[in-house]
Amino acid sequence: MIILLENIKRKGYNGSLASYKKYGGYEALGKALGMESSLIISELKKSGLRGRGGAAFPTGIKWEFAADAADNPKYVVCNADEGEPGTFKDKLLMEKDPHSLIEGMAICGKAIGTKHGFIYIRGEYFDAFRSLQKALDETRKQNLIGKNIMGSDFSFDITLYRGAGAYVCGEETALLDSLEGKKGQSRVKPPFPTFEGLRNKPTVLNNVETLSNIAQIISKGGSWFSKIGNKTATGTKLFCLSGDIKKPGVYEADMNVTLNELINDYGGGAVGTLSAVFPGGLASSLLTPDKFDIKMNYESVMKAGSMLGSGAVIAINSTRCPVDLAANRMAEFFDHESCGKCTPCREGTKRAKEILQGIASGTGSVEDLSTIRDLADVLFDTSRCGLGQTALNAIRSSIDIFEDIYLEHITKRRCRAGICKFKK
Amino acid sequence: MRLSKKKNTVSLTIDSRKVTVPAGTTVFNAAKKLHINIPHLCYNEILSIYGACRVCCVEIKGHAKLETSCSLPAEEGMIVTTNNARIRKARRMITELLLANHPEDCFTCDKNQNCELRQLSYDLGIKELRFKKARKYDYAIDLSSPAIIRDPNKCIQCSRCIRVCADVQGVGAIEFINRGARTQVLTAFNKGLNNVECTNCGQCVLVCPTGALREKTETEKVWDAISDPDKFVVVQAAPAVRVAIGEEFGMPAGSLVTGKMAAALRRLNFDKVFDTQFTADLTIIEEANELLHRVKTGGKLPMVTSCSPGWIKFDEHFFPGLLGHLSTCKSPQQMFGPIAKTYYAEKLKMDPRKICVVSVMPCTAKKFEAQRPEMTSAFDYWKKKMRLNEKDRFFDVDAVLTTREAARMMKEAGIDFVNLPNEEFDKPLGISTGAGTIFGASGGVMEAALRTAYEVVTGKTLKQLDFKAVRGMKGIKETEVTLNGLTVKVAAASGLANAKKIMKDVKAGKSPYHFIEIMCCPGGCLGGGGQPIPTTPEIKKKRAAAVYREDRNMPIRKSHENPAIKTLYSEFLKKPLGNKSHALLHTRYTERQRY
Repeated sequence: MIILLENIKRKGYNGSLASYKKYGGYEALGKALGMESSLIISELKKSGLRGRGGAAFPTGIKWEFAADAADNPKYVVCNADEGEPGTFKDKLLMEKDPHSLIEGMAICGKAIGTKHGFIYIRGEYFDAFRSLQKALDETRKQNLIGKNIMGSDFSFDITLYRGAGAYVCGEETALLDSLEGKKGQSRVKPPFPTFEGLRNKPTVLNNVETLSNIAQIISKGGSWFSKIGNKTATGTKLFCLSGDIKKPGVYEADMNVTLNELINDYGGGAVGTLSAVFPGGLASSLLTPDKFDIKMNYESVMKAGSMLGSGAVIAINSTRCPVDLAANRMAEFFDHESCGKCTPCREGTKRAKEILQGIASGTGSVEDLSTIRDLADVLFDTSRCGLGQTALNAIRSSIDIFEDIYLEHITKRRCRAGICKFKK
Repeated sequence: MRLSKKKNTVSLTIDSRKVTVPAGTTVFNAAKKLHINIPHLCYNEILSIYGACRVCCVEIKGHAKLETSCSLPAEEGMIVTTNNARIRKARRMITELLLANHPEDCFTCDKNQNCELRQLSYDLGIKELRFKKARKYDYAIDLSSPAIIRDPNKCIQCSRCIRVCADVQGVGAIEFINRGARTQVLTAFNKGLNNVECTNCGQCVLVCPTGALREKTETEKVWDAISDPDKFVVVQAAPAVRVAIGEEFGMPAGSLVTGKMAAALRRLNFDKVFDTQFTADLTIIEEANELLHRVKTGGKLPMVTSCSPGWIKFDEHFFPGLLGHLSTCKSPQQMFGPIAKTYYAEKLKMDPRKICVVSVMPCTAKKFEAQRPEMTSAFDYWKKKMRLNEKDRFFDVDAVLTTREAARMMKEAGIDFVNLPNEEFDKPLGISTGAGTIFGASGGVMEAALRTAYEVVTGKTLKQLDFKAVRGMKGIKETEVTLNGLTVKVAAASGLANAKKIMKDVKAGKSPYHFIEIMCCPGGCLGGGGQPIPTTPEIKKKRAAAVYREDRNMPIRKSHENPAIKTLYSEFLKKPLGNKSHALLHTRYTERQRY
């Protein structure tokens, strides 16, 4: 089943307004303009769509909170700060089919009653930025956004805002602070952005992929969407396959697809023998091959002890050293990207990196493993935002799964994969 | 996410006990009601909620993760646990992580006695540090300011200093820069505190939980002067010191220890123990006359007091165009210096260069004030008479000690402060009135000035000496008095954020007042940056009560009735606002940029 990539896969489709309109583009917005706000929201609730940014919050309920909030003005903010390692699906949507996003945002504006939209786009996404800019220009020219859209009394416009390269700004409240011109650091929750978001006003914050579903849901109806996938995970999901896989790329599947199917049927199979897979990016716990038959939806992945996150499937084969990956890829990344506001994340990611790099260079001790586990517990329990809460998830799972390899590094100073260099 | 129905109170269960609190109360404060003080670092009752140290985490039934009690509003039916194995593990780990970054020089650290990080690690029973010390403590220490030292190596990034500076004081001289473990608190462009809009108020020193912020100590300089046989060392003690210094020796807040303080200073071997209240009275005479002069001659109004050096620097940075509103009177500290080195030197027939003036102040900004280049009036007075060389120019005040530093010197000297007998100040510069005493509290200068202005203008005796409307801890207080048919509107503000509000009105030309008292620190000098740590709102109230108790006990309560002041005018100054007054007791101000 293909929804999000439908246009992109059409022959000759170039993402322009003309080609978008050729396949029914902006008809959903036209339809929404004639609908009561509550009707749009109930259609969305019926669809069962859940946020695709990682937290999987029901989109209809989020919109309803913002629509019902008494304060004004309200804001629609699109989180296009796609920074999770191994995730590149929003990039594809924005580059190849920007109008789906714009139309979705305008419908959201109509639903919650605002004329202000913002897209906070990752600073390094130059092509996506240009594509969106071009698309917005075209749309304004044809009065599909702007003042009195299509002659109605509804006005809505979108401001593009480029991030400056901080991973943490993908966290919704850090994004809002950054959008306000402040340093991008997470806020205290509650209050949640739906009540006090941008400039402390009610704000709907949705991911690119979430918003790109909206137009089709309004066109074809919530119940159409709800029949795709399974009960708690309706619709389709974009999966980013990368790592030791033959055909890495973005694939769309409904959420009944299994990890095995993704790897073998979509990704053309593994390169070498896989030892583990990240099912949802660098912050998700590793899954071993015995779990590859799980369905890739929120609940099943969680049941298997990990999380679906943004759907970044990173495959690792047996030529990789898990200690090296943990020390020099995962821990290094989170230490670099921690915003520094809360103690556990600021100090904990740094110490985790030091300890793991110690193990990888032959200076570790057996106690280090329990220290990392304790750190993982405390970071999950007490970090201020998702970055710190999940920073050591995958590392902890790596220690649990590959404990013998870690112990080999510590006690025998040996790296099976021959990657780690030990200090004399 | 739930939209709670509007209700005035919520009931919740904390550690199996039920408690009902007003809606909007945090779990932290609800627990306090049950006498549970949840361990914390970044939380401080006078500051906005930051929620970043994560030490105050608690468990909420139904929540997957721990929550910070300082930021979480209590909800109806919430079930909270504040102490279990999971929470203890988290708090210990967080504290260990902070300690892994922290220098282990507690022995020599200024905050040794009141370091909250040290106390927390003791309270949490941390016995072992698992993390290797990886960071080199090589951040440069900011020594640029004459008042405050900032040591980033000891900073735990709780942001208390940033919040007190920006929110309470409206200054914003410091902010976080960089990201992650490289985060640091810095001034604009790392120029150093002395080269930005820092007012030296020291409120950051009071709230800093570690030794990252401290005063620049001058105790060694004072010891050297005391032990120098060629120096005649006189000490002056500010009004707010006597209501607070007892706390440094374990006495309860609000202990009034004027006599013990005089006795202790004498036992430190100062040659004379004088009182800044003497020059507080002098300030009132000059300032009340300046106000009347401005009213009569159509001078710039409202006139704003100039006793508080933090406030002065703030005004110079933030309202450089309004410096004409400031009274030209020096602060009592800076009036004392030249009087000691001219009038008193003449009385003693002593070379003024031999006299060393030390002050004990509740304040860190006084250290900066004493070193302002214009504060050398005594030198100018003697320059021609004694044919002094410009290179020998000396300051009016030689060293400034905070209340904390003075107490430390007393401790070093082994003085049993608590059991000392009460002693008097020396004469004549130790004679003062109740009007001088109340300088220590916000509104006190105003009240003292009104006592004098009323009698000078009307020629009648003031029956009700207490101007209660300008007393208390409110940020801005106002009242009016009628002097010979003229209604004078006055206000007293403390805390620089409040000063900013007042001055914005002055700038816009819509200030209703004739006379405004501004004190830099919230509550006035009794809450100054040089006072004992902790200085909390509760403690400040008790110190204020002691200030007014002292005022009531004084035999004379009006500055113009101070016999020593009368003698000073008849023997030396001749008249208020006269030539000598202008040369020695009045000053000028400097326009400054923010950075």
